[in-house]
Amino acid sequence: MRIEDINFFAPVGRLVLTLLAEIGRVALFTKDALLVGLSPRYFWGQIGAQLFRVGYTSLPVVAMTAFFTGGALALQIYTGSSPTTAGTLVPSIVALGITRELGPVLAGLMVSARVGAAMAAELGTMKVTEQTDALVTLSTNPIKYLVGPRLVAAVVSLPLLVAIGDAIGIMGGYFVGTRNLGLNWASYLKVTAEQHIFEDVRSGLIKALAFGFIIALMGCYHGFNSKGGAQGVGRATTNAVVSAAILILAANFVLTSILFGAH
Amino acid sequence: MAEPFIKLSGVKKSFGSKHVLNGLSLSVDKGRSLVVIGGSGTGKSVMLKCILGILQPDLGVIEVAGQNAIGLRGDARDEYLRRFGMLFQGSALFDSLSVWENVAFGLIQGRGMARAKARDMAIEKLGLVGLSADVGNLMPSELSGGMQKRVGLARAIAADPEIIFFDEPTTGLDPIMADVINNLIVDCVQRLGATTISITHDMASARKIADDIAMIYKGEIIWQGPAKMVDRSGSPYVDQFIYGRADGPIKMDVLKG
Repeated sequence: MRIEDINFFAPVGRLVLTLLAEIGRVALFTKDALLVGLSPRYFWGQIGAQLFRVGYTSLPVVAMTAFFTGGALALQIYTGSSPTTAGTLVPSIVALGITRELGPVLAGLMVSARVGAAMAAELGTMKVTEQTDALVTLSTNPIKYLVGPRLVAAVVSLPLLVAIGDAIGIMGGYFVGTRNLGLNWASYLKVTAEQHIFEDVRSGLIKALAFGFIIALMGCYHGFNSKGGAQGVGRATTNAVVSAAILILAANFVLTSILFGAH
Repeated sequence: MAEPFIKLSGVKKSFGSKHVLNGLSLSVDKGRSLVVIGGSGTGKSVMLKCILGILQPDLGVIEVAGQNAIGLRGDARDEYLRRFGMLFQGSALFDSLSVWENVAFGLIQGRGMARAKARDMAIEKLGLVGLSADVGNLMPSELSGGMQKRVGLARAIAADPEIIFFDEPTTGLDPIMADVINNLIVDCVQRLGATTISITHDMASARKIADDIAMIYKGEIIWQGPAKMVDRSGSPYVDQFIYGRADGPIKMDVLKG
């Protein structure tokens, strides 16, 4: 066995170089997506279709996730509090947890699994069947026609989905708190209303904006870079969901540090 | 002597350590139909993608109508691409659009034509390739392979381009449908007076649609001449390819047991 074969630094170096190359490709794609995809002219039909697909059709998934998460959160907070404090703690922590963290993060993860995967699969199939090349021969820039509308749709839809999800999540907590845990409904609503909830909702919506961008960017990036037929498209789909999920969680940490770190 | 309408000189393109085009030079005169023959992986499709700007060559010159075609951006690139139509090997029809929307795509999105007018033009072009107006409302997935090729051809000629590329136009079709497609190509090209480059393995197709034939091997054009001269090319590579012989100067990477 040669010394080069057991060199520990060679695989680490390869990994680092691969990672740096991937970061570079993502950065270049992001630049193109922003400068080309979001510059005039706009394909309004495509934007409308994507708004429907990303926003409207994701509504049931986000609503159900928010409702059950709000309910489960209420149960856990009740378990951890005393009977005298439960009436205050359950509604306040449900509202805070849903609007600040769980609403945007879970909506982001659900939409990335649903929409990010679909974007990667659709664009990946278009890539391997030369449909993206066909766009070029028809004087249409694929980034402008395919990526721009998806970015716009995701960035617009996610905050709307999170706002609706926040309301439904709080309703889930209210439903479980008043029906299962015996909390007083009027007191529950009063405590929730006193939480200065709009500040928390605003922070959640800022996060949703960033998550929407991440989901569309990763879906489009991996779709556009898929190669090698069905297996390549499958790999692109998996990579789109995994990378979006990791970036959403990382971005959530960074945004939470920025928005709440000083308090 | 007039300058060639399409001219490639010393074009090189590599993907990592794989050299696909090795200084390829080629010329096509205006209004001529050139068919490029050659085995799989010899660089035929990469050559077309370099001319269209889908791929950037590493080295060399590509000129169309005397205009440099490499590195075009923005409006200049859009203007350049408006000269072209292309029929893809797998047709590359957009799954999410109906047949007429596919044919009219370049007119509506690329040239800003009103939908109603573009639809009329699309139906007219579908008629030229032998498809009725009813087909226009179907989705691509509802069509047979031969019909998809015809829709792809209608889309390629929809904007009456000056230059048309045909990428393996008869691959995957039965001999009769292949001949139908060949006839449609000849008919459409004559009608438009377009300059065309076709790439194919199918010698019957090449003989039918070509004015000139060029053979590509290992990323270089090793022979180019009039179609009627292809049987007397004097090149053992061309002879081996057109007669489909396993033995000859072209060696296939086939493992023997």
